[in-house]
Amino acid sequence: MSENQFQPKIVAFFCTWCTYTAADLTGISRLTYAPNVRVIRLMCSGRLDPQFVLAAFHHGADGVLVGGCHPGDCHYQEGNYKARRRIELLRAVLRDLGVEDQRLRLEWISASEGEKVQRVCNEMTEELRGLGPLRLERPRRQAAALAGEA
Amino acid sequence: MTKPKIAFYWCSSCGGCEEAVVDLGEDLLAVAGLVEIAFWPVALDFKRADVAALDDGELSAAFINGAVGTPEQEEMARLLRRKSAAVVAFGACAATGGVPGLANLYESSDILDVVYREAPSVQNSDGTLPAEESRVAEGELTLPAFGASVRTLDQVIDVDYYLPGCPPPAGLIAAAVTALVEGKLPGKGAVLAPDVALCSECPRAATKPDELLVQAFRRPHQVLIDPELCLLAQGLVCLGPATRAGCAAACPGGNMPCTGCMGPTSRVVDYGAKALSAIASLLDADAEDEIAARVAEIADPVGTFYRYSLPASLLHRRVRPAARAEANEQEVAP
Repeated sequence: MSENQFQPKIVAFFCTWCTYTAADLTGISRLTYAPNVRVIRLMCSGRLDPQFVLAAFHHGADGVLVGGCHPGDCHYQEGNYKARRRIELLRAVLRDLGVEDQRLRLEWISASEGEKVQRVCNEMTEELRGLGPLRLERPRRQAAALAGEA
Repeated sequence: MTKPKIAFYWCSSCGGCEEAVVDLGEDLLAVAGLVEIAFWPVALDFKRADVAALDDGELSAAFINGAVGTPEQEEMARLLRRKSAAVVAFGACAATGGVPGLANLYESSDILDVVYREAPSVQNSDGTLPAEESRVAEGELTLPAFGASVRTLDQVIDVDYYLPGCPPPAGLIAAAVTALVEGKLPGKGAVLAPDVALCSECPRAATKPDELLVQAFRRPHQVLIDPELCLLAQGLVCLGPATRAGCAAACPGGNMPCTGCMGPTSRVVDYGAKALSAIASLLDADAEDEIAARVAEIADPVGTFYRYSLPASLLHRRVRPAARAEANEQEVAP
């Protein structure tokens, strides 16, 4: 990894039952993957409020990765289907706002698929490296408020 | 006791907010008796110099409607801020950007081209566009330029209160002015409207099914709307569940789905994201292709969910290609 290479920031929302457990397995299995991913644990991918995705972009993320249980495997029966519906509609909105599809990725990763976490994180990092940073413009007062938070 | 002085001003708006003030009817006379109107370009003959001549903070309140799209509007907003003890963002455009805020989906050059050259009703064979400076026999005329993006009022100046709606309902306006006169305004930053969702005051609320599932989205012209049944249950994209109450559900009452002009309740950061979340959750579809087909039934997703709030949203505007974003950096950087 060259020092001058663009390092995308990726915020990952993983459900605690499948994908977060898988990410644990990735570590336990000593599989290495791109350090560009910051993981936030949710109880369920159905907990993902579309506001979380926009807030991540707003605060400087170049991509958002959402991981949940495979269809039919949700610990809460249908939370992952809710995530799928919301993300599909959110993607339609993001497309019209000039945000490329690759910046929001939804993956089903079961607790045993440690290597899939590795593959998906590496793939997404590479893809975003190709796309470059997400350049949001902010009104002056909002930018000042953000700088105050930092 | 001297009467409190107030001002009304408009930025990027349609005039509907001014109309809403006039719609107070006889109540307006009562209001006019309680306050002294020091500035109201639409209705009364005051000039900028009259405002500039006031002492700082001399106005009790300035009611400013419209989004901020030009340097002239920004200058007037700043001037009124200096002269006013309280500034009220009046209407959806001032509060969250409103319909003019959808300009943030485009570049100003595209907008000028469409409006002055390409629209089917336009006759402009020379292709003349409004210019910032033009020379005529009588001298030089100037117009303010478009800013890089349309902004909400609180993205330009400090705002004390918000009166949402397109336009704000008459009852809320009267209540706000009364509270001002009686010195009973709530804490700074308050939205002067109920903090519950619109469904709570919708006449159709009783017909909302316990488990609401939508098989297909339809637009109002595609369906004969049942005048009693919950609009969501009829497959119409009604944003009532995500929208603040205060309008007595005027649109659903008139057989039209809510489009969200009252904006979000206090628990919501990004109105459009919350509204799309509420609508997506109702979809009776699990498979990817089925969901995609239902989503495709929603024409103009940004215009549907951010009709009144794109500038206030977390993304603020359509993302520009990198080169152009850089050119605008100077204008928007702190």
